Amino acid sequence: MGSNGDGVSSKKVVFVTVGTTLFDALVRAVDILEVKQDLYAKGYTHLLIQIGRGSYIPSRSSGGDGSIAVDYFTFSSSIAESLRSASLVISHAGSGSIFETLRLRKPLIVVVNEDLMDNHQVELAEELAERKHLFCARPQTLHQTIVSMNLDSLLPYPPGDAKPVAKLMNRYL
Amino acid sequence: MLMLMSVSIFGLSRVHAHVISVLSEGILTMRTVDEWFLSMLESNGVVILVVTVLTLIVLRLLFVIHRTGKPLRPTAVKPLSTLIVLGSGGHTAEMLNLLAALQKDRFYPRYYIAAATDNMSLQKARSFESSSDDEIFLRLVQMGKDKAEYMQIYRSREVGQSYITSVGTTLVAIAHALWLMIKIRPQVILCNGPGTCIPICGIAFLFKVLGIRWSTIFYVESIARVKRLSLSGLLLYKLRIADQLYVQWPQLQRKYPRSILVGCLM
Repeated sequence: MGSNGDGVSSKKVVFVTVGTTLFDALVRAVDILEVKQDLYAKGYTHLLIQIGRGSYIPSRSSGGDGSIAVDYFTFSSSIAESLRSASLVISHAGSGSIFETLRLRKPLIVVVNEDLMDNHQVELAEELAERKHLFCARPQTLHQTIVSMNLDSLLPYPPGDAKPVAKLMNRYL
Repeated sequence: MLMLMSVSIFGLSRVHAHVISVLSEGILTMRTVDEWFLSMLESNGVVILVVTVLTLIVLRLLFVIHRTGKPLRPTAVKPLSTLIVLGSGGHTAEMLNLLAALQKDRFYPRYYIAAATDNMSLQKARSFESSSDDEIFLRLVQMGKDKAEYMQIYRSREVGQSYITSVGTTLVAIAHALWLMIKIRPQVILCNGPGTCIPICGIAFLFKVLGIRWSTIFYVESIARVKRLSLSGLLLYKLRIADQLYVQWPQLQRKYPRSILVGCLM
């Protein structure tokens, strides 16, 4: 939290991603002044938003003078690097993003898009939240989740294994 | 062993022949149905039955004795041609994750099918096929046995397409699927959710019924499905088309008892 000795401040990035979808509600929810202030108060120095196909453009900021630095981009060929350098990830509920983040053992808040029809994604986010592998929120409740989250309560996600299926298939054949 | 078998078969067939001749003689001389019936019950019918059963038991015993002590399967594993159905985004990632765990020399040759409008999936499959560094795969490359094929299939319906034109495109999709299935006739089909797998699995079922090819259908429901099956999964489950339907969460296994719980694969 804050700066180390020798005047070298540790950079702590919050990475927000919507994947290949359109999820303006999430970008808007994160671009609120109070949310940014609360993130800064928790020790995060940078906010990086991947906005995907979204039409809402957040305002860039260089930070300093007691506020969080904000930047955004639309797509990148792989978000692995952004995930790796993040201290907190806020993601849409796509299973690809979720498991990529969990594999890197990053604290994760999954935000469910309520505008999607027949939203089966919410099942996965809620199940993993119940098992304490991540926090689950909606765009309206994101602020509250950020304020009340305790990252130490998160449990690491045990990596999956496809070998049992291979064994079952071989035995069946 | 063979001598014993042939002697006993010979002996039993002689008994059979004798019994049948006696019986038919009896039928020819009987005047009434009643008399005939009585005669049957009295001797020949029962004798034939007993002799037949004994014959079968003895033959089976000899067969079992013959096979005891021998390994059940041939030691060399026969490769099975495998059709893999890819879908957008998460589906392809999950499928490739599964394929990484399968022996490449058993599920071979591999045919990948993706929807015509899906650009990324076949590309990902290609890099998966060429990036494998396991020993078995390298040996296959040396033997020239690493062939994989990539095909595109027409979609039944694009997002937002009108339902009237959808009838036509669905028929085209089914015809295209039929054409591809006739060409490939896979022994194994792997799919995990996208709608593209429905015409293919339907045709595979038809092939089973007509005796054209028995394709074992493995359906792995996506990890994102915790409480409800996807539409594809539900169809294949209810219509009993999938040979094995795997689910990754216990709630699904409880809800669909014929499914098989395999735990989280990702």
